[in-house]
Amino acid sequence: MTSVAERDGKAGRMTRPAPLGKRRDLDWIGIPLIAAVGLAVYWLLPDDLALLTRIAASALFVLSLDLVLGYGGIATLGQAAMFGTGAYAAGILAVNWINDPFAMLAVGGLAGGLLALVTGALILHARGLTLLMLTIAVGQIVQEVANKARDWTGGSDGLSGIDPAPVLGMFRFDMFGHTSYLFALAVLLVGLVVARRIVRSPFGLACRGVSEDPLRVSAIGGSPKSYLVVLYAVAGVFAGVAGALTAVTSGIVGLDSTGFSWSAEALVMLVLGGTGRLYGAVIGTAAFMGVHHILAANDPYHWMAFIGLFLIGIVLFLPGGIVSGVERLGGLRRGKEGGA
Amino acid sequence: METMFGIAVDGVAYGMILFIISVGLSVTLGLMRVVNLAHGAFAMVGGYVASYAAQSVGLPYGVALVAAVALTVLATLPLERLLYRRIYGSANELAQVLLTIGLTFVIVAGINYLFGPTLKRIPLPELLTGTVELGPKAIPTHRAFVIGAGAATLLGLWWLLERTDFGIRLRAAVDDPAMAAALGIRTERLYLATFALGTGLAALGGVLGAELLPLEPYYAIRYIVLFLAVVAVGGAGSIFGSAAAALALGIVDTAGKYLIPNFGEFFFYAALILILFRWPHGFFKGRTA
Repeated sequence: MTSVAERDGKAGRMTRPAPLGKRRDLDWIGIPLIAAVGLAVYWLLPDDLALLTRIAASALFVLSLDLVLGYGGIATLGQAAMFGTGAYAAGILAVNWINDPFAMLAVGGLAGGLLALVTGALILHARGLTLLMLTIAVGQIVQEVANKARDWTGGSDGLSGIDPAPVLGMFRFDMFGHTSYLFALAVLLVGLVVARRIVRSPFGLACRGVSEDPLRVSAIGGSPKSYLVVLYAVAGVFAGVAGALTAVTSGIVGLDSTGFSWSAEALVMLVLGGTGRLYGAVIGTAAFMGVHHILAANDPYHWMAFIGLFLIGIVLFLPGGIVSGVERLGGLRRGKEGGA
Repeated sequence: METMFGIAVDGVAYGMILFIISVGLSVTLGLMRVVNLAHGAFAMVGGYVASYAAQSVGLPYGVALVAAVALTVLATLPLERLLYRRIYGSANELAQVLLTIGLTFVIVAGINYLFGPTLKRIPLPELLTGTVELGPKAIPTHRAFVIGAGAATLLGLWWLLERTDFGIRLRAAVDDPAMAAALGIRTERLYLATFALGTGLAALGGVLGAELLPLEPYYAIRYIVLFLAVVAVGGAGSIFGSAAAALALGIVDTAGKYLIPNFGEFFFYAALILILFRWPHGFFKGRTA
């Protein structure tokens, strides 16, 4: 019989971040490359700007999940709670008081961060199934509150009538979505730069330490839980900004933006791209939503069958996601690298 | 008073359905440490097979029930061999979640392809459609039947795990798989048998509960959170924990729906958070949790 330990070792790969040192020389290309591709598709696919905008905003959301899961090792199915809270906060702000897009992003990020800080402090002592359940429960409660507070959120009809002011007072949100897309792309790029800075900071390294060996971190004087709570809150800010960005660019916030399936989809996108790499989030989101756009146009069930088989395949054959597959093909990983 | 009685009957019946389905998940989670998100899909498959057997083939309810459980178990056993065996063990949570979500999606798509997106019913035999007099009160027979079946499942499982040779081996493997294997217990077979047991219970609950949890392709995704909640509160691997948690959550949920109709779910999840906050390993700490 294959020993359990052997299987465990194999699966440990799924959440472990890529090794830092070897790829540092190539790493700086990532963000300019994403910017270049983002601008290229803007010229190449002018008819699909709505889809591209959604991809950019969702990528920021998946990025927040990557911070939590890829760098903190926290398996969560409730990240959409922060996304939805950010989206509703920004939307309510715009409908009632201020409709400046940057103010909306700031308020969305603040709301998502606060929710993550409070709930994270409450639930992050748990592990495994319990933690999964708690994150799901938080998401469901946020959804339920949003559903009941009809006067503020529009309930199941969704919050509509969000009409953001021109960006910097100059660029109006036109009906073709040019401004929306460029705005979303810019926010995503800033998000990537900030996230990259965070995961390379001493704090980010400490979080990696916690995800790899919490006992050791506490042995050298760190407090694993407080690192994780802060990381969870930071990721909550990212998720909240992503939600606000969706509110700004689409002008509507629906109940499903806080739902369990949106959390699960984000997880799927992240794993598709590869965890613990930041760029994996962007690549996974683009791949997932792009294929979804093509397949689900015919029949949503075809899409489910496809993504289901794909997920099974990823877990069985490519535990590091698309990015790791490309890395392996490119021969960037020399030798075995000690189980990583 | 009338309302309280209604809540009690419906809540207990609902709780029993939750129990029958969730305890299968609890047993597999306790032994193999697999967070099996496809468990709801297995329950759904059972329900669909029974519905097909009863409506299109015209088998009587009892036969359809047995056929559904047997066929679901037969259909899922290869999955244990091909997929689940690779993800056993508690360090694999993320892989487990992803693989079983993927499997759920495939099953949802498959069910929709075979049976279409409409709601499916399992026609009840006349024996189960009336009401049972219980002193001054009357209970719908189906509810009484469900409650009876739940109680029988509880006793049967208790007997199986506490009083049989199989149960002894299983508990040994839960406590220490490596040691159990070293002592000559064939853990791989045990895993297979336990997986079959879990799937069979899921199918049974899917058929019995078709009146309360209606059968449609999204069943698998819609209710899995409920089943997981029961296991998380009850503690993985604990039968009585699952039963108590299922009944409590069933009654809280039903009471919420009766008394404050707009906040049913809210109460359910609020109760869940409170319980898990206080008892992170489940209210009834199982042997393994």
